Amino acid sequence: MVSTERPPAGYSPARKPSGLRAVRPAIRGWIHSTETGGAVDGPGIRYVLFLSGCLLRCAYCHNPDTWHMHHGKPTTSREVLAEIATYAKFLMHAKGGVTLSGGEPLVQPDFTHAILRGCKEMGLHTALDTSGYLGLHADDYLLADVDLVLLDIKAFTEETYRALTGVALQPTLDFAERLARMGKPIWLRYVLVPGLTDKFDEIAGLAAFAARLGNVERVDVLPFHKMGEYKWAAEGVPYTLTDTEPPSPELVDRARAVFRDHGLTVA
Amino acid sequence: MNIQPREFEADPLSVAERAPWRGYEDGVWTREIDVRDFIQKNVVPHEGDAAFLAGATARTDALWAKVKTLLEAEIARGGVLDVDASVVASIVSHGAGYIDRDLEQIVGLQTDAPLKRAIMPFGGWRMVKNGLEAYGFEGQPWFEKVFPSLRKTHNDGVFDVYTPEALKCRKSGVITGLPDAYGRGRIIGDYRRVALYGVARLIEDKKAQGASLELDTLDEETLRRREEIAEQIRALKELVVMGRSYGFDLSRPAVDAREAIQWTYLAYLAAVKESNGAAMSLGRVSSFLDVYVERDFAEGTLDEEGAQELIDHFVMKLRIVRFLRTPEYDQLFSGDPTWVTESIGGMGIDGRPLVTKSSFRFLHTLETLGPAPEPNLTVLWSERLPKGFKDYCALTSIRTSSIQYESDDLMRPYWGDDYGIACCVSAMRIGKQMQYFGARANLAKTLLYAINGGRDELSGDQIGPTFAPVSGDVLDVEEVKAKLLPMMDWLAKVYVGALNSIHYMHDKYMYERIEMALHDRDILRTMACGIAGLSVAADSLSAMTYAKVKVIRDARGLAHDFEIEGDYPAFGNNDARVDDIAVWLVETFMGSLRKQKTYRGSVATLSVLTITSNVVYGKKTGNTPDGRKAGQPFAPGANPMHGRDVKGPVASMASVAKLPYQHSQDGISYTFTIVPSALGAAEAERVENLTGLLDGYFFQGGHHINVNVFDRETLLHAMDHPELYPQLTIRVSGYAVNFIKLTREQQLDVISRTFHGLH
Repeated sequence: MVSTERPPAGYSPARKPSGLRAVRPAIRGWIHSTETGGAVDGPGIRYVLFLSGCLLRCAYCHNPDTWHMHHGKPTTSREVLAEIATYAKFLMHAKGGVTLSGGEPLVQPDFTHAILRGCKEMGLHTALDTSGYLGLHADDYLLADVDLVLLDIKAFTEETYRALTGVALQPTLDFAERLARMGKPIWLRYVLVPGLTDKFDEIAGLAAFAARLGNVERVDVLPFHKMGEYKWAAEGVPYTLTDTEPPSPELVDRARAVFRDHGLTVA
Repeated sequence: MNIQPREFEADPLSVAERAPWRGYEDGVWTREIDVRDFIQKNVVPHEGDAAFLAGATARTDALWAKVKTLLEAEIARGGVLDVDASVVASIVSHGAGYIDRDLEQIVGLQTDAPLKRAIMPFGGWRMVKNGLEAYGFEGQPWFEKVFPSLRKTHNDGVFDVYTPEALKCRKSGVITGLPDAYGRGRIIGDYRRVALYGVARLIEDKKAQGASLELDTLDEETLRRREEIAEQIRALKELVVMGRSYGFDLSRPAVDAREAIQWTYLAYLAAVKESNGAAMSLGRVSSFLDVYVERDFAEGTLDEEGAQELIDHFVMKLRIVRFLRTPEYDQLFSGDPTWVTESIGGMGIDGRPLVTKSSFRFLHTLETLGPAPEPNLTVLWSERLPKGFKDYCALTSIRTSSIQYESDDLMRPYWGDDYGIACCVSAMRIGKQMQYFGARANLAKTLLYAINGGRDELSGDQIGPTFAPVSGDVLDVEEVKAKLLPMMDWLAKVYVGALNSIHYMHDKYMYERIEMALHDRDILRTMACGIAGLSVAADSLSAMTYAKVKVIRDARGLAHDFEIEGDYPAFGNNDARVDDIAVWLVETFMGSLRKQKTYRGSVATLSVLTITSNVVYGKKTGNTPDGRKAGQPFAPGANPMHGRDVKGPVASMASVAKLPYQHSQDGISYTFTIVPSALGAAEAERVENLTGLLDGYFFQGGHHINVNVFDRETLLHAMDHPELYPQLTIRVSGYAVNFIKLTREQQLDVISRTFHGLH
């Protein structure tokens, strides 16, 4: 007998792919901003969500306005996902996906995971842009919903790393090794700052480490720029790189060559 | 350099041996005039990449160098190289003209010398007179004897019948850009018919059409059609005479690729010799011509270099089509545009791509000859186009910023698979459809009229009907909308009335004989209306809804400025609250247009397109409730206002893609600018990402997109050093322009637009 009873309001009797209409708790979180159509934070055209909050204080940070979580805008994973849903088909056709960046998304692991899960349920490719310092915040469930990690390894000795970021390097390396064991793809990012991160023995060390990992699909050597300098004044923090110039194209090429010489793909 | 003189005289014996349709598959096209069927039966789609392309030949380089010298001389002379002020232009008014007879593989000029402009006064003698005076060719006694005393023109006719209301609206700028002073354009003859059938066969067909109108009752419409057909036949005969002056027998069909291109071009040339239409588009010729190229390849008489050379020389000719216009016209539509639009690619309704190697060759001219605004290369994009073609389009866009894209997947259900784009965004079935081009109404100003009870915010004159103005100090959106609706109805009435006047007179005094000779007897006519200022109007209504908009009135009691308290969602951020308002505006104005009785049974359509006139529209419009200041340019076409789309390109595109094509069938123009580095690090990645953006945008429902890939710095540098950028081409609403030919104001407008960059 066919039931004539109408389904409750808001529910469709049609079969949906598993999980698509699952009602999940709305996790509260803080975001700084969004950018639709990024093409440099992972493959294809991407919806980039910048979460606020970061424990690192990188000297060259170009988004110091994302340091403090509560300087962002409060929202919920459900709101964020509702917005992403309006772009889902666009992003799929554009062979892109969603990138969570920041700030440091792993400052808010539950919020981050809720968004990643929702994206996977929409069939979207996901990327996590992280320094790796809070890698332990990312449990295996969270990482299962990440297709690609954009891992910033900002320096390769404890000394340089701490001088640059104010925190220790080891957690990042541990995280990289864990991703390697999981076979999770990494795009490694390295910002080249003259006088700060241009020691070639360090770069060679990092290249050797990255090559050993086996899951580094590509390396981006990003030339330092000062486009974020004006934001530092607003944070009331002195900017120490005012007199530092962007690296010469030759220097950038040299750094890229080091990674290439270790058999890595450099963008 | 090895330059061989070319032979012009075809050997009659060898021609006779080569039947024009040898090797082609028969079909309806062999019995009736049906170019589409010919293409469908014989086209060879190319699903590969661009690796087969050949570079420019020595002859091409030498010839293009000559053309470039001429173009530089034209700029040096203030934009017009020369004018033949001695004769009224027609298909046969001038003898053969050449750039360099030994080098040219495809021949034919509008007059007897390259870039020498002709006089086409039947659209309006004033435009010609002013043009002559502006460029130092004044005092032509014969001209003043004939016009207007002996021969009335379209322009005179229109002003005989314009209502006082239409004149007022025209003056205030609430309706602007009406084609009442020159050729209306936007009619595409099926120039391919001349190559496929030869003129003799076309004349037979036209005679049969005439005979089909020997009816019992010869009423006004029947007589008019009989007269038009007689004119068409006369024009076809003149086309044969013109062809003969270049040594060709156009009465017979073309027998090979060279002739097919030459025949097609001469048919088009006949149109631009006689008709100075606002847009003189070419149609969709590349894959048609490819059928001939493929046959020549199979017969071993042509190679890739030769094929590219023929297309290069054809395109060179299209680049130097010129009309005599006034400097004021160029200010409105800068860069001396002709809109020689060629539509490339698309899919057949049977699912095969209509991309051929010649589709690539046309785009390749942007490399062999360097970037240029004309011809207006328009790619009909489908998700299912071959990847090799998509990648080549994206690559060419990234390198030249000279291509526009329109959604074939959106238009094919409406117009089939043999439509072309006229001007910028207007689709029409080739040879089966024409449009009555109608410029555009200023929606932002209409909104101000609603607020001010029909009085113009700048002049204070009563232009619209005298409604009660908004009296409160804070704008209430419901009250404003209630006043806007009848104001839109009124505007639509005056607007369509003006267009009816224009097209009645145009058919009467400046009938496009040769273009219409290359149409079927029974055609679909559209009355192509348009709107400007959509994002300004939508943002204004959004501000009234979500923020508080205070009215500041001047001594005349007019709301002349607005103070906004709080934030409002702006169009271009994929925010349904305001995007829905924009959709509502389009649907509602189209609804007003559909209520009007249109000339000659035409179907009213709408475009959201401004070309570069967004600058002039802005100048003529006072402060608006969205916070835009008086005189500031509108956003072009359907674009969000400069700098208000803050969520990145995908959000901006998603908003524009919501505008309903079903209520805007004349096209929805969106201009997109991105800096190269934002598309990715390396070129291969940029190609992949641009292709992705286009696939995403069109899947979302977008209709048209201009793609510019360059840095703001490049443009700033070009402003100061125009001599270094003679070929810098940029896409503006619906067409491409030479950046250095823009007025300074327009250059600044382009630079102030949203550049999607790195966060």
